[in-house]
Amino acid sequence: MTMIFGIPVQAFLGQLLVGLINGSFYAMLSLGLAVIFGMLKIINFAHGAQYMFGAFVGFLLLQWLNIGYWPALILAPLVVGVVGMAIERTMLSRLYSLDPLYGLLFTFGLALVIEGVFRYYYGVSGQPYAAPQALAGGTNLGFMFLPNYRGWVVFSSLVICLGTWLAIEKTRLGAYLRAATENPKLVQAFGVNVPVLLTLTYGLGSALAGLAGILAAPVYQVSPLMGSDLIIVVFAVVVVGGMGSILGAIVTGYVLGLAEGLTKVFYPEASNIVIFVIMAVVLLIRPAGLFGRDA
Amino acid sequence: MAELSTRPTEAKSTARLEWLLVALGIVALLAAPFFFYPIFLMKIMCFALFACAFNLLLGYTGLLSFGHAAFFGGAAYFCAHTVKVWGVTPEVGILIGTAGAAVLGLVMGFFAIRRQGIYFAMITLALAQMFFFFCVQAPFTNGEDGIQNVPRGFLLGLLDLGRPLNIYYTVLGVFLIGVFAIWRIVNSPFGMVLRSIRENENRATSLGYSVANYKLAAFVMSAALAGLAGATKAIVFQFATLTDVTWQMSGEVILMTLLGGIGTMVGPMVGAGLVVTLQNTLATSGFPVTIATGAIFMICVLLFRRGIVGEIYAKLPGIKK
Repeated sequence: MTMIFGIPVQAFLGQLLVGLINGSFYAMLSLGLAVIFGMLKIINFAHGAQYMFGAFVGFLLLQWLNIGYWPALILAPLVVGVVGMAIERTMLSRLYSLDPLYGLLFTFGLALVIEGVFRYYYGVSGQPYAAPQALAGGTNLGFMFLPNYRGWVVFSSLVICLGTWLAIEKTRLGAYLRAATENPKLVQAFGVNVPVLLTLTYGLGSALAGLAGILAAPVYQVSPLMGSDLIIVVFAVVVVGGMGSILGAIVTGYVLGLAEGLTKVFYPEASNIVIFVIMAVVLLIRPAGLFGRDA
Repeated sequence: MAELSTRPTEAKSTARLEWLLVALGIVALLAAPFFFYPIFLMKIMCFALFACAFNLLLGYTGLLSFGHAAFFGGAAYFCAHTVKVWGVTPEVGILIGTAGAAVLGLVMGFFAIRRQGIYFAMITLALAQMFFFFCVQAPFTNGEDGIQNVPRGFLLGLLDLGRPLNIYYTVLGVFLIGVFAIWRIVNSPFGMVLRSIRENENRATSLGYSVANYKLAAFVMSAALAGLAGATKAIVFQFATLTDVTWQMSGEVILMTLLGGIGTMVGPMVGAGLVVTLQNTLATSGFPVTIATGAIFMICVLLFRRGIVGEIYAKLPGIKK
């Protein structure tokens, strides 16, 4: 059997794939955080809970209405996004004039409520959610066996990340968004409805989390706790990348996912702290983050 | 907020009123174990000290740490381990726990103070999570089981802490010492510099203060005092588990401080009392604590950001903070 650094190549690539999958979710979630932070100057602590909410919407659609994966892929982000917009409109929008820390505390409370509700009804154990028929099985790539669904996750997360980046950098609405980030008052004076833009942004960010959740449902089990541990890792990713750049958030997400996968190969005990270690090192060398502008 | 025109006699009478209230509070705490369940009171005192230590950082320095559970739970582990395995007396165990938390605070603070505001919160959260994973894997913490059956032992080798009143008054002593230390720090010249950093960091820098060093010092002190609370809790409950190092615990202490009143001396204690009481009540009702905690968070942030004690202060002019 072929070996790389004394590790069988199959195991090596397998862990790398796991890392890439994790990285896909880190990228999607830190992208959503960066989009929300860019406009609202709020760190959305509820992002992990919204990710879990997205997975549960998919699960419940199947349980209650027998609606399968593909419609859920559209419906779950929609539901999460609409709920997010309602929360922004009724509550979050009251906090914009305050210290951003209040936004963090509010969304932390929100995360606890969402998580608490699902925990109350579904306990802490995971619920299985099957991958769709079309993506069952796997493909032999010659050097490794690739489960189709995992390939799909990597592919779609790349499309989502690139799509969001293009939408913000290249479209008119994106230009409004960026302008409102720089100078909301001026943009408002030009006749753009900034409060609606803020609501849409929070909706979009929440929907991204929901979409990541439904994509994750067949990979990990659907569990009320799936978001809370993830969000802390994503925070570390965001600190490493700096939230100044959307592309930076995406790239950092994938790279750190891969770094985590590699650590699993060589030193498994450290695999769940390696991202935090990288964060500490980056703080020493470049406190503003790899892609960040100095605050 | 304070009335600048307050005449000296008024100020004196307010101060006298404050001392009277403090004395009444101490008397009440001395008498309390005869009326309430001592373990419950000791739990409140441990959390009240924890929240006051946290408030030293949030309320007086303006730094929101989302990782204070690491110091609270970490000190509990250090204390429980040294008392149970090394066989040291409880006061030595508590001191070791406190010192351990201070060292941990020095390391975490060193990284965290490199960023401000929201980033500071996220970094402390991530570092505390790292410590959590360390506690899951390190052999001395016994993983999921935690350190059980920690002997309460004899204070200074003499006083049997197995007796309810002895341990109660010991915990009360620790609590009062801790709160007094915080009060001294806050009202010292050092504390004034911390407040100036909270109000305007750039200005403090331009006045020649080494802001980073002051922040780090405040962080270490806050961590050590949180550790004092955690180590004492380990002696009271005779165990140290992973619960105390989770991010939920970091959130809980924020809630206590926010609910009671950020930047007030008494607020965190009131908040701790309310949150612990609420948890005890809900524990038997079947209603999930997480939902209640989260809802209180949202309500506090939306409706009364000054907290209960802060709102009372705001309603009653003439009482200084």
